[in-house]
Amino acid sequence: MVEQNSGLRSATISVLVENESGVLARVIGLFSGRGYNIDSLTVAPVERDQSKSRMTIVTSGTEMVIEQIKAQLGRLVPVYRVQDLSKEGPHLARELALIKVVGTGDARQEALRLADAFRARVIDASTESFIFELTGATDKLDAFLDLMRPLGLAEVSRTGVAAIVRGKATIE
Amino acid sequence: MDGSIKTTEIMKSGAEALLRALKDQGVDVIFGYPGGAVLPIYDAIFQQNAIRHILVRHEQAAVHAAEGYARSTGKVGVVLVTSGPGATNAVTGLVDALMDSIPIVCLTGQVPTHLIGNDAFQEADTTGITRQATKHNYLVKRSEDLSRVVHEAFHVAKTGRPGPVLIDLPKDILINPAPYAEPNGLPHRSYRPRTTPDARKVAQAVAMMKRAERPIVYSGGGVINAGPEASKLLMEFVRLTGFPCTSTLMGLGAYPASDPQFLGMLGMHGTYEANMVMHGCDVMLNMGARFDDRVTGRLNAFSPGAKKIHVDIDPSSHNKSVVVDVAIVGDATETLRALIAAWKADTQPQDREALAKWWQQIDVWRSKNSLRFTQNRDPGSIIKPQYAIERLYEATRAQAKDTYVTTEVGQHQMWAAQHFKFDKPNRWMTSGGLGTMGYGLPAAMGVQVAHPDALVIDIAGEASILMNIQEMGTLAQYRLPVKIFILNNQYMGMVRQWQELLHGNRYSESYSEALPDFVKLAESFHAVGLRAEKVEDLDRVIAEMLAVDRPVIADICVDQKENVFPMIPSGAAHNEMLLGPEHKAESGGYNGGSVTDEGLVLV
Ligand SMILES: Cc1ncc(C[n+]2csc(CCOP(=O)(O)OP(=O)(O)O)c2C)c(N)n1
Ligand SMILES: [Mg+2]
Repeated sequence: MVEQNSGLRSATISVLVENESGVLARVIGLFSGRGYNIDSLTVAPVERDQSKSRMTIVTSGTEMVIEQIKAQLGRLVPVYRVQDLSKEGPHLARELALIKVVGTGDARQEALRLADAFRARVIDASTESFIFELTGATDKLDAFLDLMRPLGLAEVSRTGVAAIVRGKATIE
Repeated sequence: MDGSIKTTEIMKSGAEALLRALKDQGVDVIFGYPGGAVLPIYDAIFQQNAIRHILVRHEQAAVHAAEGYARSTGKVGVVLVTSGPGATNAVTGLVDALMDSIPIVCLTGQVPTHLIGNDAFQEADTTGITRQATKHNYLVKRSEDLSRVVHEAFHVAKTGRPGPVLIDLPKDILINPAPYAEPNGLPHRSYRPRTTPDARKVAQAVAMMKRAERPIVYSGGGVINAGPEASKLLMEFVRLTGFPCTSTLMGLGAYPASDPQFLGMLGMHGTYEANMVMHGCDVMLNMGARFDDRVTGRLNAFSPGAKKIHVDIDPSSHNKSVVVDVAIVGDATETLRALIAAWKADTQPQDREALAKWWQQIDVWRSKNSLRFTQNRDPGSIIKPQYAIERLYEATRAQAKDTYVTTEVGQHQMWAAQHFKFDKPNRWMTSGGLGTMGYGLPAAMGVQVAHPDALVIDIAGEASILMNIQEMGTLAQYRLPVKIFILNNQYMGMVRQWQELLHGNRYSESYSEALPDFVKLAESFHAVGLRAEKVEDLDRVIAEMLAVDRPVIADICVDQKENVFPMIPSGAAHNEMLLGPEHKAESGGYNGGSVTDEGLVLV
């Protein structure tokens, strides 16, 4: 883009949107149309009456690009609020992964031991496989997957990041 | 969506509820084209008199006509087209309106709800296709949503940064009975654009401007969009401060061109003084412009020493390409009012001496007379395009009617911007952001519909005019006396100019081969055709054109080789302007001169 090309940063952005059809397409179209990165995107209704959804988008770019992303999101008609969690003080970010590891013998034992150390839960087992459920920050999941790879990692399903600011402050 | 809506009445059909909603929104005219999916609406139109329908000859033209209508009145332009091809034909117009922030509501027909997704006849995923082509769009799936959505669409189109809004209307929704609710005036649940500027930032901006030694006001289309009051306030502010003022292509007319404090347009084909001032200023007030790449030139060389204040109603315009020191989110009218009040309240004196020196420097730059051209007046001489515009401008000043000008896209557009002087807002309609050839004729049509007694001129190129030439039929049908003033250089001149300057004179596919005889073409469309071939014909043809109360095509044969100057080549800085063809010789040719390899990839 412009002069400030250096200094890429990652940002976790929460977006509160009207829960209506097409809203996800608007957000994704905005990112693809303007060439912004999406590292992770999650969305689900969060109001009791299902009227609003919350998206959590993990993206990266220069400070200027991230400010642009926030401003562009903010001007979408069904968007209530855009919150840059990376900026608004400490926040928590978690994702969940379902991890299938296939193997027998020592590798299988080692996988189980490591899973225990990571506090991953075994939610399915056969004589030749485990499915672990692991919740945590993205880097914790990444670390666990790296360890599983030589031990028979066969399949992964991840939710992407959900995030929230610490303390009593809310997005609204 | 907007809370409790008081249902007033059940209408016989969705189409009737729709028309009622349009009427309650103050709509008096629709530009449209019928088809199967919108037949219920056309039936309802047939049975009422409150809203006039203008039948265009192509859906793209309907949108441009609505843009011309909107831009010349400040009201929302309304379009009605059928599903599938009707909707896809409208897309160029929608993107044009999006880029230039023009308030439009576009109604599209859709196959009945139960057939959506079935690849039904004339089905297109219109909301999908236009999601990035509109400010917002809707698909009405339930009759009870219809009137609310229409009211909301008008609200979204005209507030904040204006833009096109599309409503996709399945045929069953149009046929079935529908409840009608009047606009309820409640704020929108999620969409709340900010219009009032932050007082602290206004004070900060004023403090910065009070200390300025070399200031500039750079005003844009936002001032026009904010309404005529904003233009008055801009004048007041510029007078109060004694600052020089320049304008973008979209902003022309907001500040009177004939005023001595006006420096002319800035940017790629702006005046020397405007661009030199932008380059050398120490404080810049950007009022409703967006640092477009046609304006900034090479970004890292743009106005290097200036403290920048940027007023824009759209927060996403701030720091998008140019980092500014004070970013003010606000409507131009409100912000100008606040700036004037804060300027008067601030006791800090202005450095009038420095300002006087700045004006002396500006006068030196001005004396270059960068828009000059030479017209040989000897009989038989070929007409220079700039001269044609100048004579046209003089002729319009000598008559009584209010004058509106639209353009197509190309060299003629730039010459019109340079040589036609606008002293009032809303009189100049051009496709700035998208640069859509074919915009001018339908836009002029929309302007003439809105202002039946005004003089409306489309300054055109012979290539562009062919892109929506079918609208001659519309002019004839509604007796719209639009004047089409073609600067016929037998080339896609702007393309030819770039090929000359950047591609070694290889004029690949830019010659306008096999042109029609525009005089006969006009006549076949029930209009008047005129032609000027030599300099001595020009004034007579212009006078005849202005004298007839019918549509006219004036085919003005102009010099084929003329280029638009001054010019900041792509990738160059404001102080690296080319002033004219002689400059080429001085710098040893453009390729060896200012145009860099990076510049070559730029559009
Ligand atoms: C729809 C569309 N297609 C292509 C272009 C690219 N383009 C810009 S100017 C131009 C030539 C215009 O020729 P003409 O209308 O004769 O105007 P002139 O430059 O000769 O005054 C072209 C092809 C465009 N702006 N719009
Ligand atoms: Mg031409």
